[in-house]
Amino acid sequence: MLQVINTSLSIGDKTLLEDINLTISPGELLAICGPNGAGKSSLIRLLCGELKPSSGEIIWAGMPLRQWNLLQLARQRALMQQHAEVGFAYTALEIILLGRHPHHQGAHRTQDYHIAMAAMEEVDAIHLAHQVYSTLSGGEQARIHMARVLAQIWEATAGPRLLLLDEPTAALDPLQQHRMLTIARNWANKGDITVVAIVHDLNLAAQYADRIALLRDGRLQAVDTVETIMTPAMVEACFDLPCVLLKHPDGGTPMIAARRHH
Amino acid sequence: MQQTSTMQPLYPAGHPLQLRRNILIGLGIALCALIVMAAGIGAVRIAPADVIKLLMTPPGSAAWQDLSGEYLQQAMVLWNIRLPRLALGILTGMALAVSGAAMQALLRNPLAEPSLVGVSGGAALFAALAIVLGGSWMLALQQLIGEFALPIFAFIGSLIATILIFAIATRQGRTSIALMLLAGIAIGALCGALIGLMTFIASDLQMRSLNFWSLGSLGAATWPMVTMVTCLSGGAICLLLKQSSALNTLALGEVQASLLGVSVRRLNQTCIAAIALAVGAVVSVTGIIGFIGLVAPHLVRLAVGPDQRLVMPAAALVGAILVLLSDLLARTIAAPTEVPVGIITALLGVPFFLALLFRMRRKIGL
Repeated sequence: MLQVINTSLSIGDKTLLEDINLTISPGELLAICGPNGAGKSSLIRLLCGELKPSSGEIIWAGMPLRQWNLLQLARQRALMQQHAEVGFAYTALEIILLGRHPHHQGAHRTQDYHIAMAAMEEVDAIHLAHQVYSTLSGGEQARIHMARVLAQIWEATAGPRLLLLDEPTAALDPLQQHRMLTIARNWANKGDITVVAIVHDLNLAAQYADRIALLRDGRLQAVDTVETIMTPAMVEACFDLPCVLLKHPDGGTPMIAARRHH
Repeated sequence: MQQTSTMQPLYPAGHPLQLRRNILIGLGIALCALIVMAAGIGAVRIAPADVIKLLMTPPGSAAWQDLSGEYLQQAMVLWNIRLPRLALGILTGMALAVSGAAMQALLRNPLAEPSLVGVSGGAALFAALAIVLGGSWMLALQQLIGEFALPIFAFIGSLIATILIFAIATRQGRTSIALMLLAGIAIGALCGALIGLMTFIASDLQMRSLNFWSLGSLGAATWPMVTMVTCLSGGAICLLLKQSSALNTLALGEVQASLLGVSVRRLNQTCIAAIALAVGAVVSVTGIIGFIGLVAPHLVRLAVGPDQRLVMPAAALVGAILVLLSDLLARTIAAPTEVPVGIITALLGVPFFLALLFRMRRKIGL
């Protein structure tokens, strides 16, 4: 279980996040949505430990993040970032194998190769294995990084697992966007994995997430089920976007369509 | 997981661990062959077969007592002149190449090199300061710790230069690569200017040893010096090799490296200290020998890809081979006089550096 308790973040005299409270359970996929500059990335950077909260506490599996051993945490928590540049001409497979570093810290074992291959299969990227990462398209690179973070937390034996996705669908075509979130959904469905994803597209978030957190100006406006969040009032309050509510013809997931601007 | 068996073989070219072993063995054999060949070339020629035979008869052994005439002369040249020089060359190549590879991974920039970013310059400057301004104080230190006196100064110099460069380029735990290279150029220029100042006020005798510093040479090799460099650089090289897997994760950036369980701060500190020690100890005996740290890792990456676990040990062997070849050229090209080996490595390294720049230029669309 991931708990964010009374957490604020200020850098200099700028407050990026204010008094955030969140509890996310294993098996849950939480989508973080909000307009540009709302603090979505700052929140992920707190969750992955890149930034330390100015006040408050983030608790993973019962222990504050700051007390965790870096290596222990690396076996349970992985982050996929949006702009992931790689220095030097590593192949896709080598990149994915980097995800196994917390488990061997030296020479790869045969099982690490098997896991890397299985992770590649999961993102449908087997054919890219021996290509140089920097020559791949943006979408292919995103899939390789997804495979890498999956390989990092592949085994359930490491304990509860946390998958952080910072805009996993950026740079992807619609099919790949759905494939990526399907993977996130499947991993959450395994039961012991907590998934937190920043998703720009509300309709995508509504189709795959259990709950949606709406951020605006560094404050958490609402965290609730998809049905509660996906209302014209909620969305307009967060995004200043006048909109109407639709129902997806398959399954009835609520969807939002912008009203025409006059 | 079950599907993996039905898929194409993972590595059509062979398992990477096997490949790695074969490459390292191949390079090791090449280095040994070069050692035997280079040991025989010079004013006193020794046939390769004789080199191998004489290598089996170390000074003081029973067989050594039986040597006479031409054989004894060859044995003396081999053991007292050629071998310490070869050993120093190998260590120099290894230290510079491994440091270069580590630095490039640390900075995520293929152009980083100990002599380019001022680390060697710092070592040479402090050695120069000790030679010219040390005076009686330096003499006393030399009596106390002998051969170790100058290398310790050089090491302090390279450590200060390295820390200074990293400090200028780092803020709140983030290191800017562009700033680091620029700071290195600035520190290198400062060191060069101060070494120039030292030459200006040096006596003739001091001048000779200073000249040797700025051009680089393996000519000063003696067994005690080689032992000293082996102890200092050897340990640092091993320490750097141990970081190779962690250095791989840095390719994903510092955030991802720490998410993969690598303490980036500690990795930085370990590598900086080890690079300063490895380079400082070598430079303190040989002076500045440039471009090995750039060329050796690059040749390896071109051939086998960027995995540091293979690049670093392979670059160590390639670096040793390059330094031995350069030194062979340096002492034969204008025999009986000797060209400083630093001039040879620079003449070979600069075109390589420019070729690299042109490749990068195309990549950024110029």
